[in-house]
Amino acid sequence: MAKVEDRALASTASLNDDIGEKTRLRMYRMQVEIREAEQRAYDLFLQNLVKGTSHLSLGQEAVAAGFAAAMKPGDLSFCTYRGHAHTLARGVAIEKVLGELMQRDNGLMRGKGGSMHLTSTDHGVMGSYAIIGAHLPIACGAAWRAQYKGQKDVSVCFFGDGTTNIGAFHEALNFAAVWKLPVVFVCENNLYMEYTPIGDVTAVPHPAADRAASYGLPRIVVDGNDADIVYRTAMAAYEKARAGGGPSLIECLTYRYSGHSRADPAKYRPEGELEKWKERDPIKIYRERLKQFGIGEDAIVGIETDVKRRVDEATEKCKAAPPPALEILTTDVYADGGFAWRN
Amino acid sequence: MAELTYRDAVARGIAQEMTRDPDVVFLGEDIGKAGGVFKATVGLYEQFGPLRVRDTPISEQAILGAAMGAAMTGLKPIAEIMFSDFFAVCFDYIANEFAKSRYMSNGQVKCPLVVRTGNGGGARFGAQHSQSVENWCMMIPGLKVVAPSSPRDVIGLLAAAVRDPDPVIFLEHKSLYATKGEVPDGEIVDTLGTATIVRPGKDATILALALMVPRALAAADKLKTEHGIDCEIVDVRSLVPLDTQTILGSVARTHRLFTVEENPRLCGWGAELVSIVADEAFYDLDGPPVRITTPHIPLPAADILEDIALPSVDRIAERVRRSLSA
Repeated sequence: MAKVEDRALASTASLNDDIGEKTRLRMYRMQVEIREAEQRAYDLFLQNLVKGTSHLSLGQEAVAAGFAAAMKPGDLSFCTYRGHAHTLARGVAIEKVLGELMQRDNGLMRGKGGSMHLTSTDHGVMGSYAIIGAHLPIACGAAWRAQYKGQKDVSVCFFGDGTTNIGAFHEALNFAAVWKLPVVFVCENNLYMEYTPIGDVTAVPHPAADRAASYGLPRIVVDGNDADIVYRTAMAAYEKARAGGGPSLIECLTYRYSGHSRADPAKYRPEGELEKWKERDPIKIYRERLKQFGIGEDAIVGIETDVKRRVDEATEKCKAAPPPALEILTTDVYADGGFAWRN
Repeated sequence: MAELTYRDAVARGIAQEMTRDPDVVFLGEDIGKAGGVFKATVGLYEQFGPLRVRDTPISEQAILGAAMGAAMTGLKPIAEIMFSDFFAVCFDYIANEFAKSRYMSNGQVKCPLVVRTGNGGGARFGAQHSQSVENWCMMIPGLKVVAPSSPRDVIGLLAAAVRDPDPVIFLEHKSLYATKGEVPDGEIVDTLGTATIVRPGKDATILALALMVPRALAAADKLKTEHGIDCEIVDVRSLVPLDTQTILGSVARTHRLFTVEENPRLCGWGAELVSIVADEAFYDLDGPPVRITTPHIPLPAADILEDIALPSVDRIAERVRRSLSA
């Protein structure tokens, strides 16, 4: 099992300013936005306004922010059902995400996909995949297209620690390595596959990083709660991919504050574990980081206030939005826009 | 016009499309340098090079996943799954991913790809390399499913599949690879969703697919010669989209319906067609529709067992004769 001490493997944030104030403020805003929107999704679920299921990224915000902030326009994100964070981080409107969770007509896919399938191709969010491991090979295919056409975009594929034990993970890693594809695999190791500690079901301590050598890739484990570290790691991996250096596999150590899904109260966690991780809360860490760089409390509070206002506004818009129009039931099964299977 | 094998028609069809469109790429196990385990893709690697004809590891999920990712972002991939039985190890992509992404994303995600595969029995390969899996695919909204029976249809339907904006499952029959047929010169492009009347007749309509088409034709010759029964053979060709009009039109003329299906009986495509005819043309029928299928069994390896499992010329002829004389 990945232990908290392993974070010592990652270096602490350097104060040299390769990231810069603008990017730091952007990453802070992203993290606060994800935190507030996810918390709102949870509240709306308790009010029975978010239906179906939802898988929150509370506590894992720095991974989404760091990788997204390091991307260029045109880079592609492939997410799991725990994909709200990565979708928001690419700039998709809060209203679109909450609208989809609330199954309203203003949702990102007008309620046809739901919480687990957030997709916004205009933002490079090429889908959220709810079958564990499915999107790793798909990200390989997108990267193959870039390689074949000589395009410089990178495909970035996010998944949890549990994914490292399914076949598609291993097929994709080997495939990407053999073809030297510009794809970056990001394992968010939040210590639990679903309800079971990842260490109880995995043959190696680091579920992703300890498998990297099997595919000729370097072992990379980083502190996933520090957006600066995540950002630098992402930049290096993207640069390698764009330069034709092939794939990377990055394990980010982090922690999921809520249960696996809305149905899970996470009672299986040892006492005190959650509290210990909250001491290293990614947003708390980053708030301090901004101050270290001389950014004033006013500017920080300004971001927080603005994000809260936006989440409130989006919530109200979603509450007022109608449910999906019934006629979309049968649209877009096939490319002709409909579902006809016979003449 | 030239005589071509079904096997060579596959390579010609792929080459035709790769020549036309540089976004058409081809991937699969042993398809490139080796020319395919059925030798259906010989010469493509030499003609189009290793960037467009890519040998993969034995990783069916990676093959179909990569085809999907490439299709979503602008290529027109053709993926080969060596034996259709192997769909079972990558069925997530077929059933959950490329079939549903367009719908789930409200039209944002497009997957114009073709999955070619060796389907069907007759090669004495046993239960895991001989299945007819067309009904596995037909039941999934979002897919198109075609199965050619002749070299000409291989080229024409493959071209139509590659040019189609939806994911298409292209079922090549392993026992047809060595068969020959006349093929016109130049580009051939057919239309998905069209059945073909390959033998007109007035006494009964027999619907058949892939290997069952030549068997139904031979049975029709036998029925004509030995019993004076004149059967109309419809090559269904495309299960999705389904050309029900050609089928209903044929039944309206012959008043009898038979299906010849290689798949095991339960949930075979013939059941769907019989239900359509029963719903919409019940009063055209002069007798009960009859399905001639493989029994509800895994396929055996031994030749004498496999031969009695799959619908044979004699079984088709005998079943039709018995029904019409009842």
